[in-house]
Amino acid sequence: MRLPTASLIAALALALPLAAPAAEKPVDPYVQSDSNAGVTPIRGDAVFKAFHGKAGIDRIVHRLNQYHHSDPRLSDLFHAADDARLERTLSEMFCYVLGGPCHYTGRDMASVHKDMGAQIAQQNAQIEDLQKAMAEEQVPVWAQNRLLARLAPLERVTVTR
Amino acid sequence: MRAPFLFLLWLAPAVLAASLVAPVPAMARPDYIWGGKLDLTRGVTTVDGAAGGGLASWALIDGNETRDGIGGTASITELQTHNYGLTTYAVGLGAWDRYEVTLGGQDFDTGKTGGRLGLGDGYTFHQDILGLKARLFGDAVYDQDRWLPQVAVGAQIKSADHKDLLHALGARRADGVDYTLSATKILLDRSLLLDATVRLTKANQFGLLGFGGDRQSGYQPRFEGSVGYLVTPKLLVGAELRTKPDNLRFAHEGDASDLFAAFAVTHTLSATLAWAELGDVATFRRQSGLYLSLQAGF
Repeated sequence: MRLPTASLIAALALALPLAAPAAEKPVDPYVQSDSNAGVTPIRGDAVFKAFHGKAGIDRIVHRLNQYHHSDPRLSDLFHAADDARLERTLSEMFCYVLGGPCHYTGRDMASVHKDMGAQIAQQNAQIEDLQKAMAEEQVPVWAQNRLLARLAPLERVTVTR
Repeated sequence: MRAPFLFLLWLAPAVLAASLVAPVPAMARPDYIWGGKLDLTRGVTTVDGAAGGGLASWALIDGNETRDGIGGTASITELQTHNYGLTTYAVGLGAWDRYEVTLGGQDFDTGKTGGRLGLGDGYTFHQDILGLKARLFGDAVYDQDRWLPQVAVGAQIKSADHKDLLHALGARRADGVDYTLSATKILLDRSLLLDATVRLTKANQFGLLGFGGDRQSGYQPRFEGSVGYLVTPKLLVGAELRTKPDNLRFAHEGDASDLFAAFAVTHTLSATLAWAELGDVATFRRQSGLYLSLQAGF
């Protein structure tokens, strides 16, 4: 009976790393839709490739979220954030906006930000941290700016104070 | 001194319009924040002391403040051509990223050329400039889904020294007011910054040689503008053009242009290096040279 044991070990080996990042806190129900991202995706795959695909986006978002906590201008805003959920949904959103093969499953931008009470200086601080994270991933500046151009108008709903 | 009062009449409705466009009365905001503006989005300091490029006034507002605060800058700008040196000292105040007040002093050192013009070696023209600017509408940074630029109106009240000499050179007055209407847009999608400004002016060589002249004396609309490419979020390289009146008989006045690189060393300090072409200045042809500006902002 070697086969089932081997299968079990293989299954466990696969399941364990998948289980770790899934520890998201429950959220109130909402309707999932790509339109919740509030942004029209970029056409073509040049920018998505410049971000090194979904793996690159995951690294950028993880780094950005580290900045959320280490940047004194932002740490209060993200103090109580569900990091696992934030990183998963933000990575989906960037991937979707950059024309990658992803769907955004998070809440709409207005709902996400309505209770954060962010000021424009904090939005600017987050952009700087995102620029640093993208530079660390060696995303060329023209491609960085393509993403920022899509995200910029969201300021009208992300900045509430 | 009629002109300085005229500008007040003209600016009052502009300030009123800017206040009406502001979504919340800025003074009522409780959440005051120091700084917070993105690098380079306060512009650098123009030769007139206003926020802009080097030659063109932009619709961007001076200082590091956002809509939630007050900020400012201090700067020194040095331009050396073959025959002349132009130094501008300026301080500026920005309020709520909407209003701007700047004070500039310009020294135009004729060096040895002064002697050849019969003025004496090192003869220095000087003028003081009080600049006022109000943003009317638009957000150059965040409105990336619209073509609407950030638009601002401004007035620069200029007062030059050596009134008697300026009259002798053919200038009508030693005081004058420039009015500007600026549209500035950052096209992030293309990593571009664009500005187009119309300046109503009578100034001879920015006002250093007085206002109006023996050839023309009235207000004329003149274009100035900038095109810049964002190489990185901290480095903008580009070109500028500033067209000027040609009012004085004794010397032809040409347009000015430059190629520039503006670098945000830190949030506080920015440095601009340029190659500027000022055209013909006071009978000396094709004045061009290096332009260096250092600016500290808070």
